[in-house]
Amino acid sequence: MMAASRKMLDQEPSEIEMLLPFHAAGTLNARDARRVEEALASDPDLARQYAVIREEYAETISLNESLGAPSARAMQKLFAAIDGEPERKPSVSVNFSARVSEFFARLSPRTLAWSASLGAVALLLQAGVIGTVLMKNQTGSFQTASLSMNEPSSGPITRDLGSSVAPARALVRFAPEARIADITALLDNYQASIIDGAKGGMFRLQFGKAMSKDEAAGLIGRLQREKIVSLAVATP
Amino acid sequence: MQVLYGRHHVRVFRFGLRLVRDEQVAEDLISEVFLDVWRQAGKFEGRSAVTTWLLAITRFKALSALRRRKDVGLDDETANAIEDTSDDPEVVVQKKDTGEALRKCLTALSPEHREIVDLVYYHEKSVEEVAEIVGIPENTVKTRLFYARKKLAELLKAAGIERGWP
Repeated sequence: MMAASRKMLDQEPSEIEMLLPFHAAGTLNARDARRVEEALASDPDLARQYAVIREEYAETISLNESLGAPSARAMQKLFAAIDGEPERKPSVSVNFSARVSEFFARLSPRTLAWSASLGAVALLLQAGVIGTVLMKNQTGSFQTASLSMNEPSSGPITRDLGSSVAPARALVRFAPEARIADITALLDNYQASIIDGAKGGMFRLQFGKAMSKDEAAGLIGRLQREKIVSLAVATP
Repeated sequence: MQVLYGRHHVRVFRFGLRLVRDEQVAEDLISEVFLDVWRQAGKFEGRSAVTTWLLAITRFKALSALRRRKDVGLDDETANAIEDTSDDPEVVVQKKDTGEALRKCLTALSPEHREIVDLVYYHEKSVEEVAEIVGIPENTVKTRLFYARKKLAELLKAAGIERGWP
């Protein structure tokens, strides 16, 4: 193997020679450290140079350690300079929260306590107003969120829980001469709709509002007297 | 910042002191270095060790301070002047204190050589890290250290100390 060291100073150093100081300091990677170890094991001149380097290494550490440490003046100067630096501007959200914190931090404890009391009173007043409005408008109906989204605006989105009376219904047979326009006009007049169709010539009508039995009987009687109606009977 | 300062200020001070050779200037230097760190903390990308970053800033600050003073740069002439003192390496050798002679010669190296010796031996920086701190190619790091050691050997030889290399 060719000697890794150079005996003459005017010769260019070998790669291994130049790595020796780093090997002494332990900063070579595993591959280079292995190369240096192998060269040291086979080259006595290189090993002698490495011994010299170890001495330099130890004395450099000794020299630096003898330099001592800076005085407290350096630290005081640094932190005084940091205190004198302009305030940093972090992100907007942080800045906003910092401003809020800073605002409350500026308030005296007494001011803060009064502010908190006023806030509590304002909350109570607001709750009272909302409660009163709700009580005033209270009815027996309710609305579900899903229905309000899916039903047409003109459709029945509420369920009336305030009345136990079901809408009146009737079975009606129209006169043979009745025209569609006449039937439509009749349905409009009675606010009725056909809910079941023409079984045996009879139509099941449902009236638009709930009514008592007497009201329903009166309605059926009126209906019976219509020219285009040949038969009208109450039905559940 | 206090933790960072507490952990690294001594090494920063010693590296700076070895470059500027003045304790007051070195103390001012570390204040400037850590103030820069505080200002530029967001720019530190973590790709290198914190010490590498600190030493690079220290070196830059030290060279700026040296340029301002213009009378601190230690060339061969200054090194010879140091050898003329009563406590020069020859005297030390007579006391058979090779270690002290070595330290004296380490002090007499040029700033360029001193910094690379310190970075490799004392601060235990790798080839790559020294290249980053000094701002030179990695091969230049290796050759510069070799010639720094060669210069050290010459200084020791001039003082009558033979170590078997070169």
